[in-house]
Amino acid sequence: MTNKNNTLVKLENAGVLVNDKWLVRGVSLEIKKGKIITLIGPNGSGKSTTAKITLGLYKNIEGKVEKFTDKIAYVPQKINIDWTLPIRVNDFMNLTSTLKNNEIDSALEITGTPHLKNKDLKSLSGGEFQRVLMARAIAKKPELLVLDEPVQGVDFNGEIALYELIKKISDTLNCGILLISHNLHVVMSKTDHVVCLNGHVCCSGTPIDVANNEKYQELFGKDISKILSVYEHSHDHIHNIDGTIEKKEN
Amino acid sequence: MLDDFFIRALLVGIGMALVTGPLGCFVVWRRLSFFGDTLAHSALLGVTLSYTTEINMALSVFVISSIVALILLKLQKKTNLPADALLGLLAHSSLAIGLVVIGLLATIRFDLMGLLFGDILAVNVNDIAVVWIGGAIILIVLKIIWKPLFASTVNYELAEAEGMNPEKYNAIFTILLAAIIAISIKMVGLLLITGMLIIPAAMARNLSDNPNQMVIFSIIGGLLSVIIGLFASLEINTPSGPSIITSGLILFILSLTKIKKKSQLNN
Repeated sequence: MTNKNNTLVKLENAGVLVNDKWLVRGVSLEIKKGKIITLIGPNGSGKSTTAKITLGLYKNIEGKVEKFTDKIAYVPQKINIDWTLPIRVNDFMNLTSTLKNNEIDSALEITGTPHLKNKDLKSLSGGEFQRVLMARAIAKKPELLVLDEPVQGVDFNGEIALYELIKKISDTLNCGILLISHNLHVVMSKTDHVVCLNGHVCCSGTPIDVANNEKYQELFGKDISKILSVYEHSHDHIHNIDGTIEKKEN
Repeated sequence: MLDDFFIRALLVGIGMALVTGPLGCFVVWRRLSFFGDTLAHSALLGVTLSYTTEINMALSVFVISSIVALILLKLQKKTNLPADALLGLLAHSSLAIGLVVIGLLATIRFDLMGLLFGDILAVNVNDIAVVWIGGAIILIVLKIIWKPLFASTVNYELAEAEGMNPEKYNAIFTILLAAIIAISIKMVGLLLITGMLIIPAAMARNLSDNPNQMVIFSIIGGLLSVIIGLFASLEINTPSGPSIITSGLILFILSLTKIKKKSQLNN
């Protein structure tokens, strides 16, 4: 369904006005197959709003959004499940698609949560729930994956493992990924394009470009901006998602 | 031997319980109890309309309730009032208009008690057909929209982001709710119909840990309420509609002893 340039979604000068206030304005970006775009920016800079524009959750927007796929999976920043609704992880996995049992099992397996399959959704911890949200998104085998702060509430080792996982998803599913970073200075190494937001696009480019960009340094201060720590994976071991460490083969 | 009127009542009640079971679960999940009440109150206007124009009562109630539901959806977008205030506004004003119209039609004799509490023992073969055919249509539509409706019940944004079109399915569900009220108003009356939707579903919530299980328990609860309620009303000569609801309440109280714990600490 993608067009010939492998573009999945294209935003042109997009913005949202809510209660006479621009949540974000003038955002242009393009998500392509197999590429990872990371959004960074301070609180209230319009990261989640940009993700929601991309997903088509706003009815009245300025600018243009063109979508070339409908195989979309979304991992929202937070989600409240009403306690009046009895729902297990297994039911939640099938929420917007009909999956085979082994598809559910393998998605839970790669996010390290197979033991949660028959647990009530409300009994999960924040980190567990985050992984289940991720598992549900992966199991859908989407063409476009939108991840809004997917590592929040996950402990540090789990965080690295989740970044590894995102990289693996991007490689195996060849889907386009829009990732919102929970941390201003953290961008995973495989990111192809970084967009720094502050109510508008402050700067964008490769991670290195952004780190060296004057506007970025102005926004966050020269000293702090140096920390834009791109995750490099040059360990001699692998952090598994359950926290165990495994020696790398070669 | 059972009398014909009793068998007809059983048939109508069973048909109703099969539909209110699954619909009631969605009413509970989506916190629409008061919404159901509002639709039921507005049904009075539909009833008076059917008396004046001589169209079928179920049809006129369905039309009026659907209109009230659509007005509500519009008002919610336009005003800054909370949903419960808007519901109260619509419930009481449509009830009042209905009563005013009844007053104007002083020549027609109304069985107001029958309207408020229903008379399941007075149903005829025609009513059975309305409940079973109407009920079958409601269940078929519900089955078709189940997945997107459930997804939007769990999380609206997630459903919308992943292309499930929640706005459309919420509107369809509202119409289904108006439809069940329309076909059952004659049997349990406008004050008790919401009870038929909520009480079996509430009982089922106590016993279930997944959505499908809750739907099945809700249907079983509704069926038992109808059967026990009707036989009780026959034996001890109590009004049938209220007896059905009371049986449902007793089942709910029994279910409290088997409650599936939500969480030890909060809620």
